[in-house]
Amino acid sequence: MKLQQNSMLALYSLFEFAADPLRHISAAEIAEKYRVSPHHLAKVLAELARAGIVQSVRGVGGGYRFAGNARRLTLFDVISRFEDIGSGADERRDRTPADRALAVVLSEIDEITKATLQSITLATLLRLAERKIDANEPAVASPSTRSARRAA
Amino acid sequence: MPRRNAAPAGAARRTKANAVEPIAAAARQRRDLTIRPVRRSDLEAVIAIDAQVTGIEKRDYWRSIYRRYGESTVPGAQFLVAESAGEVVGFAIGEVRDWEFGAPPCGWVFAIDVRPDARLAGIGSRLLATICAGFRRAGVRKVRTMLASDNTLILSFFRSQGMMAGRFIPLEMDLEG
Repeated sequence: MKLQQNSMLALYSLFEFAADPLRHISAAEIAEKYRVSPHHLAKVLAELARAGIVQSVRGVGGGYRFAGNARRLTLFDVISRFEDIGSGADERRDRTPADRALAVVLSEIDEITKATLQSITLATLLRLAERKIDANEPAVASPSTRSARRAA
Repeated sequence: MPRRNAAPAGAARRTKANAVEPIAAAARQRRDLTIRPVRRSDLEAVIAIDAQVTGIEKRDYWRSIYRRYGESTVPGAQFLVAESAGEVVGFAIGEVRDWEFGAPPCGWVFAIDVRPDARLAGIGSRLLATICAGFRRAGVRKVRTMLASDNTLILSFFRSQGMMAGRFIPLEMDLEG
């Protein structure tokens, strides 16, 4: 599955905001880090601000900061603001028998995609990024081990 | 598994004022939380939690589950409850299954629930961590679970604990006639 650029920009931005929720981050800083157009990014951030997911902070040291709940905001909540997820199967449903059969298969894929995106929160995404650094961790992370490591 | 209690998605909706009390209550709950094997006297509370969450009371089912897992001496079979302030506020059930679907022995979590008014206090995480510790003691190094694809609340919970899609795909069909 390939995400559209707006979705990617939104996810990059939210990844930065949620990693440091108290910090105000400018669109220029994010644009530079991910090497994307600041103009394009500004439009995406405006949409996230309209949705109440980020808050615009004016003045010196201004920018944006995270206003959502990283443990509740899912990838689906973000991506669905910028693109339709899983609409391909419906377009085929009323054509030929082959189209209808394909629509059944494609809608199965869409359902799995949707379920995956709806179950991954921003907090989980941040944790996945942490795990990549710590490659020796077991497949199922023990919450107690994690907490202990953070406390240490 | 809870469906009707879907968590609010998106931006935080609670105001500061009404967020204080649940947070304080959650902190108190964490301090006095005990995870322990189920007792027969816990069964009514388990049935009530399940009925509250699913909307269906399954008294006979839970009695048979208690007989099978609560009184079991089979290594890896676990029926745990979370107790806070003398009340059962959650439960988790799992067992080690050998060579099911051709897979080497692994732990299966097939039920986990926390009373809706006791959620967001880390009780589910403690239950899962304890059941995983039991699986490790039983000698397995992988844990699996399966749930409805539209059960986003519990799916998100398992994801937050580090679980990812496994190498099995569930298949089903309606039986005609």
